[in-house]
Amino acid sequence: MDAFLKVEDLSRLYRSARSEPLLVFDQVNFSVQKGEFVCIVGHSGCGKSTVLNILAGLDEATSGVVVMDGREVSGPSLDRGVVFQNHALMPWLSAEKNVAFGVRSRWPDWSRQKLAAHCQKYLDLVGLTGSEHKKPAELSGGMKQRVGIARAFAIEPKMLLLDEPFGALDALTRGLIQDELKKICAATHQTVFMITHDVDEAILLSDKIMLMSNGPRARIAEIVQNTLPADRRRDTIHKDPQYYPIRNHLVDFLVSRSKQFSSSDFPDSYNPRQPPLVKPGLVVADCGAYQGADAQQPAPPRHVDKVVANS
Amino acid sequence: MIVMTRNVRPITLSQFAIASMNKSSTYRAGLLSLAIFGLILLIWHLATLPVDHTIGGDSEYAKLMGGGETTASGLPTPLQMGEAIWKHLSNPFYDNGANDKGIGIQLAYSIARVLLGFALAALLAIPLGFLIGMSPLVYRALDPFIQLLKPISPLAWMPLALYTIKDSTISSIFVIFVCSLWPMLLNTVHGVASVRRDWLNVAKTLEASVLRKAFLVILPAAAPTILTGMRISMGIAWLVIVAAEMLVGGTGIGYFVWNEWNNLSLTNVIFAILLIGAVGMLLDLIFGWLSRLVAYQE
Repeated sequence: MDAFLKVEDLSRLYRSARSEPLLVFDQVNFSVQKGEFVCIVGHSGCGKSTVLNILAGLDEATSGVVVMDGREVSGPSLDRGVVFQNHALMPWLSAEKNVAFGVRSRWPDWSRQKLAAHCQKYLDLVGLTGSEHKKPAELSGGMKQRVGIARAFAIEPKMLLLDEPFGALDALTRGLIQDELKKICAATHQTVFMITHDVDEAILLSDKIMLMSNGPRARIAEIVQNTLPADRRRDTIHKDPQYYPIRNHLVDFLVSRSKQFSSSDFPDSYNPRQPPLVKPGLVVADCGAYQGADAQQPAPPRHVDKVVANS
Repeated sequence: MIVMTRNVRPITLSQFAIASMNKSSTYRAGLLSLAIFGLILLIWHLATLPVDHTIGGDSEYAKLMGGGETTASGLPTPLQMGEAIWKHLSNPFYDNGANDKGIGIQLAYSIARVLLGFALAALLAIPLGFLIGMSPLVYRALDPFIQLLKPISPLAWMPLALYTIKDSTISSIFVIFVCSLWPMLLNTVHGVASVRRDWLNVAKTLEASVLRKAFLVILPAAAPTILTGMRISMGIAWLVIVAAEMLVGGTGIGYFVWNEWNNLSLTNVIFAILLIGAVGMLLDLIFGWLSRLVAYQE
């Protein structure tokens, strides 16, 4: 089966007059299936946001291609909805008008009533009923980001791109919106590509977590298959025996292994065209069978030892 | 009931305290302003107390000098000033020929010139500023010209304008045009160039057309900055029109001031000065109100 989104040999070189040209990432290859929720995790400066901007059509790759739904991505399109890091709402427009701005672009010949009804539907979906006519300044951070999500969903894009959408929110609000996003994506079978720094968020939401090595010359080091059941919930997810193995694997990567990949000494078996697909959840779940009830306990924090060893 | 209470914000005690304090402090500030005004009037009155010219018994001379009513400094007393203001304001639109027109007519001439020159400048500066702000190339190409032309006093253009246009009224409008141009142009450029990238990216990803992007994203985003430029321009235009009309003569509040100076009527000069201040304040208030209309809170 051909993937819905295919990224091949993507690289981005930043040239500047003052310093050496910087190859932020190269040979980035991955694919996303229709209806799949993919997260990308990596340290700042590895070019995650640049990858997302290239997917959105806001930035151009130095080399490589992005093919979505059989067509090459060049320039922005209503087929890809973007939720920006700092919501990027227009402060002079009400919540409803912010959503309507995109809807009007998508369906220019809709009547006013149809447009309003469509916007209302998506504002209701993100739980903003009653706040439609408020300006962004009158909304809390979480509500602003909800408007941003409604705006991206309302154009009914083929793919949703989320650039660390919950980074600026408090933990409680973040949890609430994560639940809502998960619900909406499951209901609409939305294909999603999301950047996050939050390992728990990645495990809760995504089907596949791509781990990006440190820049410059960053690559997709590994793709982690999330083997937790699809109906996982925030309040019970940590009780699943697969949870901590996956979580530890991700944290381990971020804390120590991402560095090892940085100086371009990838293992010989590494093929950038096909980064290794790993299923840490299943590996330790097997061990868990031997350990019995102990599998419920968090695995010893292996990565801590390694941090000490490295420093 | 629920629907009703949703939009009603309960006022807490502290909010009420702040509100009432604001109210009473406004009231007190107003009272203080009145007191200062009273003090000024009192000092003015004392400074211009009439001097008795009849000491030497020369009542003939006193009569020649205005019936013993001249003041020590030649300046009017507050009461004379009040009478003059009343006289001018009770019949502002009379027209008795070239050198004797009502103050309303003179003001109308000045305001019309300012508005016309200002509007022409806005018609050029705002679209041009948009263009320059959106294109770094055009900005760099036009920057040397702007930097050279900006510091020129608008009045320095007057001889050139009179020579080429050969009409004093149009020349003064031209001078207003020139002086209003720069603040509006530079502020529009700045406002347009500094529209947040995020908003432009939103417009891009939502495939907004060029016109929708210009009118629905860039214009509202830059509007507060543009309006600040317009407000500065209007302030300068009102300063310059007085000087321009003193130069070209004929009509207008600037000409009125100069004419009354030639008539040695300090009362009328002071009256005109006060009126120039009042009109300038009013124009600024209008632009302040307009800026509040387009302001947004991030």
